[in-house]
Amino acid sequence: MTYIVKPKNHHPDLERNELGLTRRDYEGSISSLCAGCGHDSISAAILEACFQLNISAHRVAKLSGIGCSSKAPAYFLNQAHGFNSVHGRMPSIATGANLANHELMYLGISGDGDTASIGIGQFVHAARRQLNVVYIVENNGTYGLTKGQFSATNDLESKSKYGEDNLFPPIDLAAMAIQLGASFVARSFSGDKNQLIPLLKASMKHKGFSFLDVISPCVAFNNHSTSTKSYDYIREHNESVSETDFVPLGKEITASYDEGESVQVPLHDGSLISLEKLSKDFDPSNKSSSLAKINKAEEEGKVLTGLLYINTEAKDLKEILNVVDKPLNQLNEKDLCPGTKKLKEINKDLS
Amino acid sequence: MDTRYLFKRHNTWWVKVAVPRTLRNQLGYDLRQSLKTHNLEEAQDLRWSVIDSLKEKIELTNQAPLEDHKIEETSTAVETFMPITDANNPQYYHKIVDCQYACPSHTPVPEYIRQISQGNYTEAYMINWESNVFPGILGRTCDRPCEPACRRTRSHEKPVAICRLKRVTYDYKEDITHLLPEVPEEKTGKKLALIGAGPASLTVARDLLVRGHECVILEKDHKAGGLMRTNIPAFRLPVEVLDDEVDQIINMGIEMKFNSEIASMKSLLEEDFDAIFVGTGAPRGKDLNVEGRQDAAKNIHIGIDWLTSIAFEHTDSVGKKVIVLGGGNTAMDCCRSSLRLGAEDVKVVVRSPFDQMKASEWEIEEAMEENIPIFENHVPKKFLLNEGKLVGMEFEKVDAVFDDNGKRSLVPTGEDPVIFECDDVLVAIGQDNAFDWIERDIGIEFGEWDMPVIDKVTFQSTHPKIFFGGDAAWGPENIIWAAAHGHQAAISIDKFFNDLDLYERPEPTANLVTQKMGVHEWSYDNDISQAKRFPVPHADQSISLKNLKVEVELGFDEKMAFEEAQRCLNCDVQTVFTEDLCIECDACEDICPVDCINFIDNSNEEDLRNNLRVPALNLDQDLLVSDKLIQTQRVMVKDEDICLHCGLCAERCPTGAWDMQTYLYEEAKIY
Repeated sequence: MTYIVKPKNHHPDLERNELGLTRRDYEGSISSLCAGCGHDSISAAILEACFQLNISAHRVAKLSGIGCSSKAPAYFLNQAHGFNSVHGRMPSIATGANLANHELMYLGISGDGDTASIGIGQFVHAARRQLNVVYIVENNGTYGLTKGQFSATNDLESKSKYGEDNLFPPIDLAAMAIQLGASFVARSFSGDKNQLIPLLKASMKHKGFSFLDVISPCVAFNNHSTSTKSYDYIREHNESVSETDFVPLGKEITASYDEGESVQVPLHDGSLISLEKLSKDFDPSNKSSSLAKINKAEEEGKVLTGLLYINTEAKDLKEILNVVDKPLNQLNEKDLCPGTKKLKEINKDLS
Repeated sequence: MDTRYLFKRHNTWWVKVAVPRTLRNQLGYDLRQSLKTHNLEEAQDLRWSVIDSLKEKIELTNQAPLEDHKIEETSTAVETFMPITDANNPQYYHKIVDCQYACPSHTPVPEYIRQISQGNYTEAYMINWESNVFPGILGRTCDRPCEPACRRTRSHEKPVAICRLKRVTYDYKEDITHLLPEVPEEKTGKKLALIGAGPASLTVARDLLVRGHECVILEKDHKAGGLMRTNIPAFRLPVEVLDDEVDQIINMGIEMKFNSEIASMKSLLEEDFDAIFVGTGAPRGKDLNVEGRQDAAKNIHIGIDWLTSIAFEHTDSVGKKVIVLGGGNTAMDCCRSSLRLGAEDVKVVVRSPFDQMKASEWEIEEAMEENIPIFENHVPKKFLLNEGKLVGMEFEKVDAVFDDNGKRSLVPTGEDPVIFECDDVLVAIGQDNAFDWIERDIGIEFGEWDMPVIDKVTFQSTHPKIFFGGDAAWGPENIIWAAAHGHQAAISIDKFFNDLDLYERPEPTANLVTQKMGVHEWSYDNDISQAKRFPVPHADQSISLKNLKVEVELGFDEKMAFEEAQRCLNCDVQTVFTEDLCIECDACEDICPVDCINFIDNSNEEDLRNNLRVPALNLDQDLLVSDKLIQTQRVMVKDEDICLHCGLCAERCPTGAWDMQTYLYEEAKIY
């Protein structure tokens, strides 16, 4: 909790984006999460990504369920739309909202409890259906809001703060998302904004189900020496698959790497995601390569981060359902009701 | 607005370059030089050559003793990474308290402003009294070097009204007699003569009385106060305030000898004084010798002499039409005094352009509020007489032209001369020192401009027994400088009496105390006020313009004083960082409202400054650089420039690696 009011004053030389806004214009209310919570860093990264992409906050909808993570949408993009749903039901809300108006950008913020336990059924089908949403799991391996029980993503060997053993193996949400057909899957760490911000930017520009599993230490209950989701454990065991850079539309790529080490993936609006220093045994556009890489890292006790899988060819839900281009919430009676004459013609054809 | 290295004195831009701590005994705290321009853009262009020459001087002084050291090692460090900030150096945090650092007496400004907001006016007054001796007087008359330095100005706001808050401490304090330092009954047997009863001498005497030395002040007038009494009109500084603060010091036990003008330093040296302090100010007003000066002498007055004769009630009237020559604070006092003595048509006529006038902005504003016109670019040519009586003045219109070196010349425009009618002329075009009473063969060396050679650190002249301070040392300055000089001279004289090395100066005291009271509890107010600077209420002009003794400024009432005090950013509550506790969660970087905290790879200063979240382009303000952090090998770099001292970094830190600690810096005192 923070009781000091954040002053309105900002640095006089603060950078402005193409909309004439500063980073501070993308802020939300002051966080009521614990001091040092990884979720706040993720909020800061989302805010920075939206600022850099010149996104208008009123074209964004923030959706969440229940949990520490699901409180986080209150702490960024004050001007955006939002819906705080029932525990684990964020994907349903996102599906409905998306079908009603596909023109908004949907940011789904969830946690490891909200997604991997109570809401896992919803998560599975949102991924399977290619719902066009940025789905962020703020993954801390613990139920912080109820004082530190194990969550379904906590590693088997990772003990609780009070020394209890964890009896069940973890769910790897990223691997699961790849298997379910998500077309953009990444893993990152709240303490590494250099990696997280480009991934967020790319995910916002990607069409289809963009899934980010962001490891976010819980300073209150899961940042101790026997935890595998603490700041120092992740920093020590982090293995990045590539250096990720987001290249906006119209910008040239300046860094040059040897062939075979780098790949540029074009996104739908013409911007690029550039992956540098790729290892030879890894191809992020190949499902089996990605899954093999994840399995290998797990065997080696590493936490694999970066862009794990991307498929820019996949259709999203709107295309699969062949929905009209005009958002459904903007269709009026004239659009929906063809009139008596047309109806007669149709009936005639059926007879 | 890029004001690196620049600061403003009397509306003129100056360059200031800080001197490294090791060289301060030789060069003082900083090197400064006037750019002789009032125009910021020009100053920005002119500054670099001056900065280079000052830096070269520092470099030259530095090289001599450093020859044996490993210069190579330090230079590679500077090229590749910025060394860890030495926050243990008392000047590091002192510099962050901008107002205190800018004040010649280094008054702990935020500390007394906090006392005001708690209603502790007496405590606030005593903090001032210890440091600048005349809070009531300075709260009305100070030149306020603190205000342009105020951190608020760096986010394009008006500074906190520091000076008028100082006045508040005087206006609302209770009796302080019991709080004054004790003067020992037993004397040391050393006796000091002080020439002139102005602010410099009074400060020296106050400090030395407490050490048990005997002090005798020799004053040419029949009352004490010096220029504070003679040159500052009562409508700016009421006599009661002046008497109160001056008598307070005299009553501590100074022996006063009034009406004793010193005619010969030689004969004074023969008397039984162990040392002599010269605090005679710059008492000689400059004259204007143009055609008609002698013939119209009866109606031409030297500004400061004229103000003196008003103060001592020898003058109580002036002609209906008055011309005041000059653009400094004395000219402003002269024109406003004239109005109050019954003049109906008062004009200020200045040689220079309006924006280059030497008077403080607020003094000019006040004169203009009283509807006194100011004519710029008019050079006085002659006094016009009719039947032996002054009837007017002739002026030539000019343009100010600057050459490549920034030297100003006034070029006639060729227009017809301008004639203004007048009954009296007041000449307020500057003042000089007057040392014709000091014989040149008694061991005091005189240098440039016929000024005595004074040691910048010890205030000692080339005659070991004789010390100088205030305007008498290096020419006209402000009261606050006289107080600052007085403290330093007193330290020297005390050491001189005790046969100690005058260069072994006492260190300032500095203390850091945490403000954390508990989880989310801080013992200072960290809510940043969004209020604009509160203007000081003025007396109704229909009353104040008729009476010389009615004070124009009414001062803040208690409520306004509280609100204005809330505008202070508490720059003395420092953000103290402890690397060992940091877990690199970046919470502080995310929360900082002014983006001054960075976790970044170290590099040389220039690169580092440019790579920050918001590039740190104000080179006057330091970077706080931590040691390498364990997890990522990055360093924490904080740009001190715009930091609001709001404490959010410490509030959001899970481990207490950031703490808010009050830094109390007190200049060295002799008691």
